[in-house]
Amino acid sequence: MFDWLVWLVSWALILGGCLFIVAGGIGLVRMPDLFTRLHAASVTDTGGAIVLSLGLIVQAVFVFGSAMAAVKVLLILFFTLFTAPTASHALAKTALLSGQVPVGADGRPVLDSPETAARLARSRPDEDAR
Amino acid sequence: MFAVATIALLVTMVLTLARALAGPTLFDRLLAVNSFGTKTVLLIAVYGFMTGRPDFLDIALVYALINFVGTVAVLKFFELDDLGSGVYQEDDY
Amino acid sequence: MIEHLVIGALLTFLVVIAIGIIVLRDLLAAVVLLGLYSLVAAGAFIVMDAVDVAFTEAAVGAGISTILFLGALSFTSHEQKPRGNDSIVAAVFVVITGALLIYGTLDMPHYGSAASPAQTHPELAVRFIERSAGEVGPPNLVTSVLGSYRGYDTLGETVVVFAAGIAVLSLLGLRRRGSPGNLPPEAPGSAPGLTPVPAPHDPAAETSGAIDPATGPRRYARQRHRVLQVVTKLIVPFVLLFALYVQFHGDYGPGGGFQAGVIFASAFILHGLIFGLQRTRQVMPPSVVRMLMAGGVLIYGGTGAVTMLLGGNLLDYDVLAHDPLHGQHWGLFAIELGVGVTVTGVMISLFYAFASRRSDDREPARDADGSTPTGATTGAGGTPRAGDASTPGA
Repeated sequence: MFDWLVWLVSWALILGGCLFIVAGGIGLVRMPDLFTRLHAASVTDTGGAIVLSLGLIVQAVFVFGSAMAAVKVLLILFFTLFTAPTASHALAKTALLSGQVPVGADGRPVLDSPETAARLARSRPDEDAR
Repeated sequence: MFAVATIALLVTMVLTLARALAGPTLFDRLLAVNSFGTKTVLLIAVYGFMTGRPDFLDIALVYALINFVGTVAVLKFFELDDLGSGVYQEDDY
Repeated sequence: MIEHLVIGALLTFLVVIAIGIIVLRDLLAAVVLLGLYSLVAAGAFIVMDAVDVAFTEAAVGAGISTILFLGALSFTSHEQKPRGNDSIVAAVFVVITGALLIYGTLDMPHYGSAASPAQTHPELAVRFIERSAGEVGPPNLVTSVLGSYRGYDTLGETVVVFAAGIAVLSLLGLRRRGSPGNLPPEAPGSAPGLTPVPAPHDPAAETSGAIDPATGPRRYARQRHRVLQVVTKLIVPFVLLFALYVQFHGDYGPGGGFQAGVIFASAFILHGLIFGLQRTRQVMPPSVVRMLMAGGVLIYGGTGAVTMLLGGNLLDYDVLAHDPLHGQHWGLFAIELGVGVTVTGVMISLFYAFASRRSDDREPARDADGSTPTGATTGAGGTPRAGDASTPGA
């Protein structure tokens, strides 16, 4: 009974994680603009990694009986949780800073000009460039 | 179970690779490479569980780190053309 | 069955990425794809059960190589020159040579064949697999082969890494950044043929504040990346700890000196990228890095000297303790430490050497008749002398 429950839970988690990840991959290919792709890839990557790792931890603890493997997967999870969103933040900020203008749903740019985008990305927009 | 996860990850890697090769701007490519790196981490972890060798998890952790460092390096280089400048952290106290 | 699928898919990815790298003209994108290539290659190594190699390939190929390529790109333009007409003769030559090579490999044993000489020779794989536990000790066969059975080879590799570090230091030197006397002079607008990098005080760049994607990145004003700073400060200690774990766990799982050195250096490189070279130099001064570079080789060679002084051959660890197995254990510990220390020192000093050159040091383009234009900036013209490398610790 317990084995069956563990099997079900880990199947559900791993399958859910894969669903997230495949959805992210499809989004990466089909989205029209850099920023929408960024959103698709980063959210689903992190979410999928979390769910998949939880499934792997359940497997490691109950099926493999190896606490070491479970701890390592937990470390991978925490590391990904810290670095994947940070990397996508850095990407988005640098993209905006370099003048990439987001495109709206109707295909027209949302902002006036690349300079507006750069100004929006700056951490203190009311200051001078120096 | 692990086979399904492996196939799903490989399919997503193909899609991500398509974006890496096609992406019009550098940022698309960098995003795709970063995403590919995360999927590689997961693929190694799943593969390790599938073959019953949890030693692979060390490698997955290293990949995650290297992925991050590489992405940050390329971004800083693109913005400033200069790898060692202190501009990223300049504060006024 | 699933393994074949995975390895087939990964190898196909390699081919596709390689074609993409060749075709792309934007060099920055090519560098990014090269990192991806190394990552996929490392994945293929894992599926083929070569875990230590995969570890090193990931750490070095996807991490350090990318950063060094970026450092090299800062000296030159970001676009490949348009290629001239490709030569048909060259293509024919390449195809013929490749075909001959492939024909030559038809004679070799099949992939993974159990009848190949490496598997059947009694002094090679057979001996390592059967007698390594009794003769050397560690569960990780790769470490015992690398450290003990092939110890001279690894000594040579360590010295090669050290030599590479010295070569880069003598070619590039270590400029001191930020001190007022050493800042390169303003790029004179009058030098003909100079690659158009806008001077730091370009007023147009200041007011608009944008990086024009058409002409590439400009020297941009300060932008604080708070999130990156905080996250870096959080993860650097864990990375250093993980590097130590990899160093000492090399006997039992994938790992060892090379990988640990690269990961250790990656932590400092990350710190350098986010916080600037000046602050990293305060944390890890160039003099300490030079000592690390040489110290690792000293430890390794010193172990060999100690074994000779104790009566054995060079790098014969049996004599290091009361009992051969303990001696092997101590010997492996010492040489892995030596390897790790040298690799750390060399990687950090490579990063320092590349990152301390600012992109206004670009070489001025040569005139049509090959002579450098007069009035070229001194930043690129003066070769950094080895004396520059002897900056006292900041």
